[in-house]
Parts: sequence; structure tokens; C-alpha cells
Amino acid sequence: MNYTNWLYFPMRLAWRQLIFDRTKLMVAICGVLFACVLVFMQLGFRDALYASATSAPVKLDGDLFLMHKQSEAMWRPIEFKRSELMRALGNPAVADVFPLYLGLAPFKNIETKVKRTLMVYGFDPDSTSFRIEAINNKREALKLKDTVLFDEYSRPEFGPIGQLIAANQNWTEIKDYKVAIIGLFRMGVSFAADGNVVTSDLNFMRIFPKRSLDNIDVGIIKLTPGSSQTSVKGELEKLLDESINIFTYQELLQFEKNYWANMAPIGFIFGFGTIMGWVVGLVIVYQILFTDIANHRNEFATLKAMGYSHGYFIRVVFASALLLAIFGFIPGLMLSLGLYHLAESQIFMPMPMTIAKATSVLMLILSMCFIAGLIAIRKLRDADPADMF
Amino acid sequence: MQTAIDVQNLSFSFGSGTLVQPVLKEITISIQQGEIVLITGPSGSGKTTFLTIIGGLRQAFTGSVVVLGQQFIQSSEQVRVKVRQQIGFIFQQHNLLKSLTALQNVSMTLEMNNQLSEQQRQERAIAMLTAVGLGDRIHYKPDQLSGGQRQRVSIARALVGQPKIVLADEPTASLDKQSGYEAVSILKKLAKESQTTILLVTHDYRISDVADRILELEDGMIRNI
Repeated sequence: MNYTNWLYFPMRLAWRQLIFDRTKLMVAICGVLFACVLVFMQLGFRDALYASATSAPVKLDGDLFLMHKQSEAMWRPIEFKRSELMRALGNPAVADVFPLYLGLAPFKNIETKVKRTLMVYGFDPDSTSFRIEAINNKREALKLKDTVLFDEYSRPEFGPIGQLIAANQNWTEIKDYKVAIIGLFRMGVSFAADGNVVTSDLNFMRIFPKRSLDNIDVGIIKLTPGSSQTSVKGELEKLLDESINIFTYQELLQFEKNYWANMAPIGFIFGFGTIMGWVVGLVIVYQILFTDIANHRNEFATLKAMGYSHGYFIRVVFASALLLAIFGFIPGLMLSLGLYHLAESQIFMPMPMTIAKATSVLMLILSMCFIAGLIAIRKLRDADPADMF
Repeated sequence: MQTAIDVQNLSFSFGSGTLVQPVLKEITISIQQGEIVLITGPSGSGKTTFLTIIGGLRQAFTGSVVVLGQQFIQSSEQVRVKVRQQIGFIFQQHNLLKSLTALQNVSMTLEMNNQLSEQQRQERAIAMLTAVGLGDRIHYKPDQLSGGQRQRVSIARALVGQPKIVLADEPTASLDKQSGYEAVSILKKLAKESQTTILLVTHDYRISDVADRILELEDGMIRNI
């Protein structure tokens, strides 16, 4: 048995049959391409969602983080007593603790006066609560009354804040409270908030007059150099009230990601969209393979009469499926690259094309074509050489 | 002389139970290597069924059918596929693969033979197409050829593998008198050169002079003429 020919001849026949009808080949390729782009976009949006969901926590500067156990995610926190955070100082490995206050508030576009909701972060200006240079450089300035910093990665609907600051038109209202924007920083938007503003804890209380410094949303704990995060975490769990969650940095990111992946329906929607894209592609490829077998029924029966085995035709069908998968995937990848770029420039979501993503989509497309072939080969039984005479 | 096909008491019927429709009744016939045998008979006499059983395309259960030394009664598909590779088939319709050129169609027969190189396949296919008078049309697809030319390609396809037996079912039915006679003459000439047995089912008495022997089937029974 010659294994090169075993695979090469059926593949060559599949190729010759595919290119014989160019129109049908184009339709088939478009079907695979469609499925490919659909899956790429769904996965792209999903990953962008995960990346953006952690755009704020990833910038927090701390070793351990406290949140109320009833908090679903950082963007909708449940307040807890600041005294709980202070009790953590009782552990000798804890060097410093800082409160963080969060609140969604309408922000008035300086030019159009339209109000749009963004996230306001209030932090202790004596601390480095964020790993963002631009914020840490402005800590002294933020101690002044009614000053805020604005995230320049916020959606453009909030107005061209950078230009307005340069033109000294930097006064606006957050939650109907007048503030001055004294600078910019870069953090990134999420599905929860279209924009971000960072200010001092005292200014935060001025914007949210019903909030109190004693009730905080997130507690940031910094440990003394050389102490173990996990062992301190274990000690604090015994020390603090049982209503408090203690996260390491990585656990906090995972917690935020899990919220969008599982709790929020959004993770499900994109997963579902991926499956639907896969199924639609499966049906298209199956239809094409099925009609192809039906159209070549007589030819296959003739070859069978000549002595070709059933296995040969199974290889022809799978070779067709493989060729369609490859010829659909390549333009699909190109088109998706363009669409990712478009999405990044138009809706400001990070959509990188990674090797891992391209590989997993290729695997999905191959499995799609393989299963379509598996269903379609049942049609081969119709090719009965006894009917040829 | 060797016996190519040996049939003893072959009976065959379609359907089951009360709907049994006997088609072949107790057929006994022996065909020698190199013989050209014509099978005629009215429609529904069982000619085509007989041919499909000889060709290993249909499983029969009673009697004995030995083709090229292999018993076909109660045989496995693998055995019949093996024997089929030594049989050339010519159909009423040319049944060429329409997406392949004449050369590629003829080569399909040789692609089952792993001993040949691609070069040898090409050479043999071209030689056979030249022998049927289509040396200048080897790169034409079936829809660029006339009916007679297509049937000659299918003759080339059946003969290129140097089969021991050629089975043909109404090969001239879709051809005019001239091209039909030409096709059969080529078939006879090439077969005689290589001692190939030919079993030819036809209604066409215009080609009866190529035969060594003519059998007539009527109601599933053989009548020698």
C-alpha cells in the first residue's frame, strides 16, 4: 500500500471537482468564510470584554484587596466599614492600608451639555493606589478642592477633554457638582463604565454628599517587603469580619473576569454566538458536500464499479471538506484582522489577533468541516454501481 | 484455453415474500478467455441483471458464479472489489467524470495500480487514447467532445488497465450508426490483440458481426442462436 497515493489521489480528485465549478466553489468558500468571521468576531468581543472588565483592577497598586462578600464585581460594590480595613493594620506584615471609593455618576459634556454616566474613583492622595504615573504625579494637585483627573481612553462622547484643558475650558459637572479637570490619565473603558474619573477621597465625598468616609468600597493593603501574600491573607481571614473577601492581585483580576464570564449574561451571549457561528458554518458546509455527492453520484458509482473502494470516496469527501476549511479560513482570517482593526479604532475596545485565537478558530473551522463531512458521507451509500447499467 | 467466466445454475429474483419476481432462471454458461460474446433479448429479459452479477456489482445467492477464479455467490465486498479491478466496464451512458479531462478520466483506472509511476500512467493513458483515435484531444473535458468521442474515451478507460474481461451494456445505444460501429470495431480490435474476454449486452443487430457467439436471453433463460 502506497500511503502517499492513498491520500494524494482522493485529494487530487476532490480538488479537481471543486475547481471545476468555480461559482459553487466561491459560494462554498464564502460559507466557511462567513462562519470564520462570525466566530472570530464573537471571540474577539468576548476577549475584549474580559480585557476591559479588568482594565481598572489591573491598574490598582496593592498586595491584598478587601471587598464586601456581597459585592458581585468592583463596578457595583457593596460598602463596608473602614474600621475593618484599619483592623488589618494589626497584622505586623501589613505596612499600609488605603481606602478606595467608587461611584457611577453622570458627567456633563462640556461642549454639548449632554450627560453620560462614568465611574468616579476616590482615593487617598497620600497613597499610590494606582499603578498609573499620570495619577501619582498629580497627587498634590488633587488635594485641592473640586479637582479631578479624566481618563483619556474614555469614549469620545464625553468630549475632547484634552483640547478643552489646553483651552482652559476645563470646568464641568459630575452629578451636578462643579469640578475642574486638571489633567488626563490612561486606564480604559469597560462594559460597566464608558469613562473614568479619578479624584481624592475628600473630593469624592463632595461629588457624592450622601457617602461617608467611614464606608468604603475597596480596601487596598500593602505588605512589608518579603512577607508572603498567602500567609498574610490566611491570618487576615481570621482577624477580619467574615463578611469581607480578601483577594490577592491575581485573585481580584480572576474575580472580575469570572463575573463577566459567568454572572453577567454577556459571557454567555458571546459563547452562544460562537456556537451559532459554528453551527451555521456546519450546515452550509454540509449542504455543499451533500449536494456535491448527490451531483457526483453517477460518477462515484462508476468509479465503484471500476473497483474503487468505499473508503476512497470517504477520503474524497473529507479532502473536499479540508480544502474548503483551508480556503475559507485564510480570507476569513484576513477579513477578521481588518474588522478587529476597525473595532479597535471605532469602538475603542482592545481586540488583538493572537496566534492562540487564530489557532483555536482554525481548530473550530476544521472540526466544523470534519463533522459536516461525517454527516455527508452517509449520502455516499446512494452511489450503487448496480444502478449504473 | 482458460475459462474466464463460469456460471452454473444461476437463479436470481428481486423482491421478497409473495412479491418475488424471478429474473434469471437456472442459467448455465461458460465463456472462454478471449471470446467476444453478445447477449441480446427483449427488454426485461434479465440481460442487465446478468451483467451486474458477472461484474460483481450485485450479490446473487443461488447457483455458482466463478469469475477469474473467484466464487461470487455469498462473497464479500472486498473479494468482488478485487475482481472488479480486473474488469473493464463500458456503460450505456459514457459516465465520464465531467470535471476531468479525457486523459485524467482514463488515468483514473490506473490510479488503483500502485506499481505504476505517475509517468507510466500518463504514457499508458496517452497511448490508449491514441489507439482509440483521440490522441489530439487528450486535454478535452467530456462536454467538449462529441457523443462518439466520449464513448471512445470510456472504451479507453475500460481497456487501459489491461482487464481480463470487458463488460459493456448497450455501448452503442446513444450513438449513430457510424460512430457506434467505429466504437465497437475499436473495442474488438484492441481486445483481440490482448486476448480480452468481452461480454456485450445490446439490442443493436448492426454490431452483431463482431461477436464470436451470440446468446439470447428470454424470460431469464438462455437460448443459443
